[in-house]
Amino acid sequence: MLCIFSSPCLHQKPAQLARQSIKTACSSSITYRSRLNSSANSVGKCLGARRMAETGMIGQSQRKICKGITIPCAAAAAAPSATSTSLIRQIQLDLRSKSRSAVDITEQYLEQLEAAEPQVRSFITVTAESARTSARQLDERISREGSSSLGPLAGVPLGIKDTLCTAGTETTAGARVLKGYVPSYDATSVARLKAAGAIIVGKANCDAFAMGSTTESSDYQVTRNPWDLDRVPGGSSGGSAAAVAVGQCVGTLGSDTGGSIRQPAHFCGVVGIKPTYGRVSRSGLIAYGSSLDCVGPLARTVEDAALMLTAISGRDDLDATSSPRQVPDFAEGLPEASSLNSRPLAGKRIGIIRETVGAGVAAGVSDAFTRAAKHLESLGADVDEVSLPSSDAGLPAYYVIATSEASSNLSRFDGVRYGLCKQGANIREVYNETRGEGLNAEVKRRILMGTYALSAGYYDAYYKRAQQVRTLVQREMYAALAEHDALISPAAPTVAYRIGQVVSDPLEMYKGDLMTVNLNLAGLPAMVVPCGFEEGGGSQGQALPVGLQIIGRAFGEADMIRIGHIFEQTADFAQGKPEGFR
Amino acid sequence: MSVAVEPQVAFEAVIGIECHVQLNTQTKAFCGCTTSKSTANANICPICLAHPGTLPVLNEDVLRKAVLAGLALNCNIARQSKFDRKQYFYPDLPKGYQISQYDEPICYDGRIETVLPDGSTRSVGITRAHLEEDAGKLVHSGSDQLSGSDYSLVDYNRAGVPLLEVVSDPDMRTGAEAAAYASELRRIMLFMGLTEGVMAEGHMRFDVNVSVREQGSETLGTKVEVKNMNSFSAMQRAIDFEIDRQVELHKSGRRHEIIQETRLFDESKSETFTMRRKEGLADYRYFPEPDLPPIHVSEALIHEVKENKAEAPSAVRRRYMDLKLPVADALILADELPVSRYFDAVVAAGASPKLAANWVLGDLMAYTKESKCSFDDLLLTPGSLAELVGAIEEGVISGKIGKQVLPDLLKGNGKEGVKAYMKQKGLIQISDVSAIEALVDDVLAANPKQLQDYCAGKVKLQGFFVGQLMKASKGLANPEVLNKVLMKKLTEAHKAAE
Repeated sequence: MLCIFSSPCLHQKPAQLARQSIKTACSSSITYRSRLNSSANSVGKCLGARRMAETGMIGQSQRKICKGITIPCAAAAAAPSATSTSLIRQIQLDLRSKSRSAVDITEQYLEQLEAAEPQVRSFITVTAESARTSARQLDERISREGSSSLGPLAGVPLGIKDTLCTAGTETTAGARVLKGYVPSYDATSVARLKAAGAIIVGKANCDAFAMGSTTESSDYQVTRNPWDLDRVPGGSSGGSAAAVAVGQCVGTLGSDTGGSIRQPAHFCGVVGIKPTYGRVSRSGLIAYGSSLDCVGPLARTVEDAALMLTAISGRDDLDATSSPRQVPDFAEGLPEASSLNSRPLAGKRIGIIRETVGAGVAAGVSDAFTRAAKHLESLGADVDEVSLPSSDAGLPAYYVIATSEASSNLSRFDGVRYGLCKQGANIREVYNETRGEGLNAEVKRRILMGTYALSAGYYDAYYKRAQQVRTLVQREMYAALAEHDALISPAAPTVAYRIGQVVSDPLEMYKGDLMTVNLNLAGLPAMVVPCGFEEGGGSQGQALPVGLQIIGRAFGEADMIRIGHIFEQTADFAQGKPEGFR
Repeated sequence: MSVAVEPQVAFEAVIGIECHVQLNTQTKAFCGCTTSKSTANANICPICLAHPGTLPVLNEDVLRKAVLAGLALNCNIARQSKFDRKQYFYPDLPKGYQISQYDEPICYDGRIETVLPDGSTRSVGITRAHLEEDAGKLVHSGSDQLSGSDYSLVDYNRAGVPLLEVVSDPDMRTGAEAAAYASELRRIMLFMGLTEGVMAEGHMRFDVNVSVREQGSETLGTKVEVKNMNSFSAMQRAIDFEIDRQVELHKSGRRHEIIQETRLFDESKSETFTMRRKEGLADYRYFPEPDLPPIHVSEALIHEVKENKAEAPSAVRRRYMDLKLPVADALILADELPVSRYFDAVVAAGASPKLAANWVLGDLMAYTKESKCSFDDLLLTPGSLAELVGAIEEGVISGKIGKQVLPDLLKGNGKEGVKAYMKQKGLIQISDVSAIEALVDDVLAANPKQLQDYCAGKVKLQGFFVGQLMKASKGLANPEVLNKVLMKKLTEAHKAAE
């Protein structure tokens, strides 16, 4: 395994939050693959090539950068005036210039959705008809009123993770116990997307009640990773990530309790943002761990994710834990690649979380991460290493808190008022039969763990102690972020698992959450941006994507997104699209 | 063989009371559903039905009312507290947990003064008062209880209605003391405007914990919980029965038969009976409610609530005693808010407290009882009653006429002024001395035989003359003036005859 921090000096017991230069570490142990452009000097060249590709100037819509990897070219079919890589911006331009109608756009995506669905199976429910109706109504409105009052997401086909309630559309959270449940209300985040003009194409598959890291715990279907159909898309927002990766829709909403947006984004090579806890209303999100749950976007580009995040953020009277803080336009002022100087991140201090690199991280992930860190440095950022000694305690603390809350949150699925209801001779039997059949093994496992942790006599040893660890983790994170503009880490220790690889080994699966859960404990915003590939990692020798996790300050999504955007716009080596899909 | 002589041991009961007070907010504690009476399952929404994805949001009025209750119970108000989840499965509990407060109640360490029927007072400590939500209501078909019923229906109208659970210290020793505490607690809640307070509607539900120990002992005996008492007198009887039962078991050496259990009160038999045994402590797996941020009570809120706080019943009682009213009168006047409010208004309108109390406690209370209405519904305004009382005091009308005209006034007559009404009806008392002198002269002249007899020593005939005079004046002659004038005239006649 290529370990980027194998230098002995880094394994000395560090002073807490010590800042050490990455250069010492890297110079001794890292070899760069020559074809990857990661030096500051080459950034400019990259940008030029990229821009040409996007504007169609090199005469093809996709550019292969290595076997199996092609650059997605959002603007390829569009007017050459669009310099942004944002699919949403492009749609807005097209609607306003009338070069495409909402119906055209929706049909195009529905076609891609249907084409990919038999192989990928991202969606539990497809709402093609209501999407077509919405698109038609939007076109009628444009022809009637013009396009001046269009919302920022007008005509944008989006998918919604099935943990989010959609009025009139079956919402199951991937769980059998909610089969046939049709909510009477929209989750606030969904309502806000609709209010911004978005067109909902379906409900994305997920692990039942978002409990899982592979989407294999869905009670409905197994979603496959578009990069390698023998692999999982990650989880729990696996359907959301896969759908975006194959262009079944422009973006999706996911939910993230311990990494459920970020890990699938990493597995599927897309962008995923977990906002600060409280930034986006949880109303309508079927609760897993209430103090950890966040709703956030997954998209092909940072700018698209930022546009979606702007639409869904802000105080909501239906969620007492939502923040009244002002919501900036997260997509405003994101620089176009062409406008960047050679050191766009000059002055930014970025810390690598030491505990997330090194032993236990797969070589492919480690390589890509190192390259990404180096790339950030080449963009002018001051990259160093920071130690968060409590990191490792985060994972067990997370599993105590998340399962404790889950054991309580899932009590309502008792067969009395909605969802699956099994008859019984008495109420106890109704409960037992309904929950016995309606909740799968992974869900039951977590309910049992949580029930145990909250039981009299164990509370102090588990739940209370976990909360203490949480405070510790949070303090360390905040202290590190007082010294840094952002922290970075891999999103997960490995690339996508093979189907069946970890589902039977819960501990192995839980360990995969090591790098993401601490941000939920701390409530901090974090995003994953594609940062490269594990070459030949797939079953057929395909390249498997790797994501870079960027962590921002509380309510500092704007800064975090800007860093992610600049990284994305300059890291050509990280771009790609799964083969075999349109 | 010697038989051990049982020394005469005295026992004492230790009683603590938990009371669930339904707060009379417009909407439920954590959603916007109305709390008004409706048909089954009319006041429900996705939130109080615990549909997936729904979240509670605290009703601000619930917080304000809890603070007010805390101040009225002389509690400390926690500047910061939190909600917790109390978890158990039951069909009337939609979420599978009740939002409650476990280790950080909003109110703690209070004390209230209770008053026994003889006017003596007892101070009872309040351990804590915390906020929680009510559950729905089960309607069992074919049985009173879940077990044995053919089927059960759930009405979720009550689910999510705010409750304040008030926990007393174990300071009471008798059924009478417990009843006095319970009625004072209800009085406080009503005077503060915090609940509708109708026991039969379950607005206040009392759970009583009773244990018995040897007098002087510091340790507590096994406690038994008694529920299902629909009045204070039932509570007193239930407790007294329970104390006797436990003392008997102690005395007969069967104290082990006192077990931790919940007993219900059978009103018709005046007995308690076992409802369910508590096998070990139920594990509710409390943990902090993550959907609700901690509760912060600002100094501004406390200040505002204090400023607008109504007078406590104990203060009202003291005020009435300061008015030199008899203790018994003060207790009854301060027993119910509408009565006290009415009485205060009569006195404020200028009536003498003593006379006002007589009217309120006498004729008016009889009338409200008979017509089953509240003092709030009386058509006779406090101002009119004050006018009536004043007219009697001034001698404008007699007390007798006052009582005669009262039914008319209670029907809403005399709204333009009681005196004007009396005048219009010709009921104003004749107090004018010269008019009465003329009247007396007429009567004496009309009855020369009786006058002659009187002068001859038959002084008893004075009553005859009074009767004649009242008849002649149609009862309107002021008796005091009349007597004075009559005596004067009779004395003159007597002197003349000599």
